[in-house]
Amino acid sequence: MEKSRRYAKSHEWARLEDDGSVTIGISAYAVEALTDLVFMQLPDVGSTVTAGESFGEIESVKAVSDLYAPISGKVISVNAELPSQLETLNNDPYDSGWIISVQPVAVEQLDALFDQEAYDKLIGG
Amino acid sequence: MLQQTPLYDWHTQNHGRMVDFAGWSMPVQYSSIVSEHLGTREGVGLFDVSHMGRISIKGDRAADWLESILTRQVRDLSVGRSRYTLITGVDSTHGAVQLSGDPVILDDAIVARLGNLEDGGQRFSLVVNASNRPRVVRWLKACLPQEGVIFHDITEETAMIAVQGPQVFGCDQEGILEGPLATIFSPTILGKIAALKNYGALDTEFDGKPVLVSRSGYTGEDGVEIIVSSASAVMLWERLLEHSLTKPCGLGSRDTLRLEAAMPLYGHELCETTDPFSAGLGFAVNIDGRDFPGSDGIRARRTTGNRCRVGLVFDSRRAARSGDQVVLSQDGTESVCGEITSGSFSPTSERGIALAVVDRAVSKPGQELEVLVRGVRLPAKVVSLPFYRRPQ
Repeated sequence: MEKSRRYAKSHEWARLEDDGSVTIGISAYAVEALTDLVFMQLPDVGSTVTAGESFGEIESVKAVSDLYAPISGKVISVNAELPSQLETLNNDPYDSGWIISVQPVAVEQLDALFDQEAYDKLIGG
Repeated sequence: MLQQTPLYDWHTQNHGRMVDFAGWSMPVQYSSIVSEHLGTREGVGLFDVSHMGRISIKGDRAADWLESILTRQVRDLSVGRSRYTLITGVDSTHGAVQLSGDPVILDDAIVARLGNLEDGGQRFSLVVNASNRPRVVRWLKACLPQEGVIFHDITEETAMIAVQGPQVFGCDQEGILEGPLATIFSPTILGKIAALKNYGALDTEFDGKPVLVSRSGYTGEDGVEIIVSSASAVMLWERLLEHSLTKPCGLGSRDTLRLEAAMPLYGHELCETTDPFSAGLGFAVNIDGRDFPGSDGIRARRTTGNRCRVGLVFDSRRAARSGDQVVLSQDGTESVCGEITSGSFSPTSERGIALAVVDRAVSKPGQELEVLVRGVRLPAKVVSLPFYRRPQ
């Protein structure tokens, strides 16, 4: 069964994995809105991220956008290939286009995020 | 309420992503900025630039008046030729024309001399930036002489369409022109347009109405800009798109294209208080033995200017942006030596490029500098401009 994703209003998604880690990426809607992605700045493994605060940057031809952490925790891995293959975000934003994986401080922070239905409503889908 | 060009409905029906640009609802892109950019470098890009201000100036004294008001010499401009110029005012008061006082650069513009009127009166066109049009029109009207010049802002009764790219004047195997302009003009007219030099202009007709075609653009490519009556704009646009290599392009790629061509953008490379000589625009200011509003003050800026415009390239795909500081690190110390005026990812070279104004001492090609981009130091190298020059 596909695990369910939760979404921040700033268009990042978070998915709780079986091992208790949380995988984080950005939604297909965000990728489409940004278009022309040229650069991505990722955090270091071992650093901490805080819910609602920037953990990296994504840059399109037109503008730079912050990536906001949907949940607080310690970064346990990053998708190191992604910055040099940003087209992966267009093709597969929810699997091979994952950005970071964190060990959450408080997994219940996920409950404050939108579920699929609420997120679809937010983006007018 | 945003202003709409005659092509607004077409844009919204064809995936144009509409944004507010200087009070106009304009397409920033249809597909992607990079693909529209590369399409213009390889084929033909079609741009709605109807938001640009268009002014018609006619009358016995039109040339004398423009000569007195523009930074660029106009009197010796031949019929069918155009020039890049600045428009200066004094003190922002927009009152009577004065030569002394603090000069204000109100805009940059293209002035074209068109064929004389039937009564022998002179005829000119002036194309100005959308963002500056209200104040430029106000200023120019305040400067009009009592008689001899008829001034008419024709922006809202016309459209302006740019057709840009190496295939605009493409030929078939027998050397017959077959580019997109062949869908709207007869072979005779097309031949005349193809014979225009850069900055040449031709009055002709489309759909039974007058159009002005000029061999100019803002992309670094060969091409034309066409001013057409609003009523015929959609037909002209759709006919140009019948050509297989023509793709509609938004203002996003127009900006990356102009940056690669190192063409200035008002609000970035120049503003009210810029020294045009430091900004690399000295060619647009004919100041020796000539006066225009604020010319004394512009002369003073020239003598104090110790900065100049340069191009910077980055190894990174990351782009510096307008306002980022340029620093020089030397012998363990560092000093701010300039500022970015425009920066972007360059789709042609696939790395960051930027225009900057820096101290003359660090302006030579090959000079290594750093730019502070959102708290990160990006190494950059000075290069000669433009970043992109079309193959001849």
